[in-house]
Amino acid sequence: MDTLNLLFDGLGSAFTPENLMYAAIGVLIGTFVGVLPGIGPAMALALLLPITYGLEVTQSLIMFAGIYYGGMYGGSTTSILLNTPGESASVMTAIEGNKMAKKGRAAQALATAAIGSFVAGTIGTLLVAFFAPTIAKQAVKIGAPSFFAIMLLSLVLVSAVLGSSRLRGFIGLFVGLTIGLVGLDLSTGQARLTGGITQLVDGVDIVVVAVGLFAIGESLWIAAHLRRNPVEVVPVGRPFMGREDWARSWKPWLRGTAIGFPFGALPAGGAETPTFLSYIAEKKLAKNGDEFGHGAIEGVAGPEAANNASAAGMFVPLLALGIPVTATASILLAAMTTYGIVPGPTLMTDQPDLVWTLLASLLIGNTLLLVINLPLAPLWAKLLQIPRPQLYAGILFFASLGAYAVDQNPFDIALLLVFGAVGFAVRRFGIPILPLILGVIIGPLMEVKMREALDISNGDISGLFNEGLAIGIYVIIVLAVVVPIVIDRVRGDAPLAADAQDGTNDKEEVSR
Amino acid sequence: MKDTAKDPARSTVDDEPVTQERRVDKAQYGLAAVLAVVGAYTLVDARGLNVGFADPVGPRVFPYVIGTGMLVLAVLLAVATARGDVGEGEAGEDVDLTSPADWTTVGKLVAILVLNLLLVNVLGWAITGALLFAGCAWALGSRTLLRDVLVGAVLSVASWYFFYTALGVPLSPGILDGIL
Repeated sequence: MDTLNLLFDGLGSAFTPENLMYAAIGVLIGTFVGVLPGIGPAMALALLLPITYGLEVTQSLIMFAGIYYGGMYGGSTTSILLNTPGESASVMTAIEGNKMAKKGRAAQALATAAIGSFVAGTIGTLLVAFFAPTIAKQAVKIGAPSFFAIMLLSLVLVSAVLGSSRLRGFIGLFVGLTIGLVGLDLSTGQARLTGGITQLVDGVDIVVVAVGLFAIGESLWIAAHLRRNPVEVVPVGRPFMGREDWARSWKPWLRGTAIGFPFGALPAGGAETPTFLSYIAEKKLAKNGDEFGHGAIEGVAGPEAANNASAAGMFVPLLALGIPVTATASILLAAMTTYGIVPGPTLMTDQPDLVWTLLASLLIGNTLLLVINLPLAPLWAKLLQIPRPQLYAGILFFASLGAYAVDQNPFDIALLLVFGAVGFAVRRFGIPILPLILGVIIGPLMEVKMREALDISNGDISGLFNEGLAIGIYVIIVLAVVVPIVIDRVRGDAPLAADAQDGTNDKEEVSR
Repeated sequence: MKDTAKDPARSTVDDEPVTQERRVDKAQYGLAAVLAVVGAYTLVDARGLNVGFADPVGPRVFPYVIGTGMLVLAVLLAVATARGDVGEGEAGEDVDLTSPADWTTVGKLVAILVLNLLLVNVLGWAITGALLFAGCAWALGSRTLLRDVLVGAVLSVASWYFFYTALGVPLSPGILDGIL
């Protein structure tokens, strides 16, 4: 097997003591930051981007892989031990996980989450290793029109289908696209939307955008609504599972993986839908469905696996097409571009060592995570009691540091504040942040492909429609936008027209 | 956009039956106005770009599409707002949406962040970083000022050295130039 050999080569180059050390540091820092309340995986990655500045590409990607899985795992710890989930993907975990914790089964909940994440992450990464090269091989052949269509599909799905409101999704998207316009036009070298500010000519640094949107925006938003009465933290010992817990967990792990991976790999991104579907599936399949809502272990095992499998799945479009579909993926992409790596279908053939080492270190990071974190769980739980003023002061400190370190220029801190204000506003108005960050990243890529396609056709609009694949994708886009609207209309004024995105709303309301 | 207009009605179904008449979120008109201004500016800015002879598409098309889309969305948002559409603030671990927004704290934090950006090159990161941490903690309600200043100083000096030695990134030393 070609793929296996390449993966083994990757494992070989990842398995140096130095690289293992970077993976371990990444896992530890990632968990540390991810456990902290208020910090999700995307914010953890954005905040930690600067520490990779001095590292080589491979090492920094290895570290990032560790931070990524560590941050994800840290997030699930938070949602199990605190009653309120930090991000939408952990909502389902929080429902059953926190109930389990309150019944004195926090140790089992953490264990099934950790082992489930490990199983899903490992299977997911292996699937990436098998799928990504094949897709990349096909993707090399597809032309600019189809690429443009795929990116458009991803943006439309993320804006129109995932959130609770299409209008707000598209507002987020267009704000992001506008931010992406700032800077020099690539082919003519003219400055766009810089308002005469010379520092903006090179465009805005994605680190500044991400840290501003996630860290500053979130901290200011939390500061405006800080919970004055401390939240209740469930104490926990060393995680373990009894025989019955294993028996009840392994099937949900595998089902969760099967549900989560395709969702991550499709351009529709996001872990909300698969975690929700996995929860529903487990509830239907459970022998004693009554236990659901009172701390059923299946309800932690399934969604946690789905969450991690979809997190692994997002590497397929990222590595094979160069298209990020989640906020974390777009930050990983930003990290790659700072090293001059151009993600796209040719990445796997241009930089095979890099890709395979990255995939191998995802496997290693995942394993290290299990080995390190299970024994350390009681320690991580203590982090949840960190006093909030110092916690958010620390986030603001590191956010300013990160932005300042990009260029040692105070202007970047000013820019950071601007994006912090944007981040605050989108939280205030309930505008989803995923379409926004994807708009910033994918927008410029899309423009390149669009102009490439239209240059060939000499400006004729048919240049965008001269590939079968592109036309097929446009049909999907139209269906994805029109069908939900039609369904809404047909159901008319029925007050509980519960389609997928309404379901997401319900969950959030239940868990509050 | 139909589903959003339904949202307030929905939440009364799901939650406790709160008697909540159609409240108009006035701030959303402000958001719609900002979006409209940004959209218009994008269009005006794009008009000033030159299109070369050999360039069938040019740098204008994309901004035109985005600016127009933005204007349309601004109008749609204004209409939805008038119909009673209310945005749902983002929930989180430490977020208590039942209390009204605490603008004093936000204002203090922004002031501290601005102060840091104005002074960082003069005083140096080691000093402004420490003040940044202690100031933010104080604004957020911490009353252990001395301890916060100490923690902040350790963080900022340590991060200065970490960036300087481990990453080779010289952060501004400011007035401590030569001492650090």
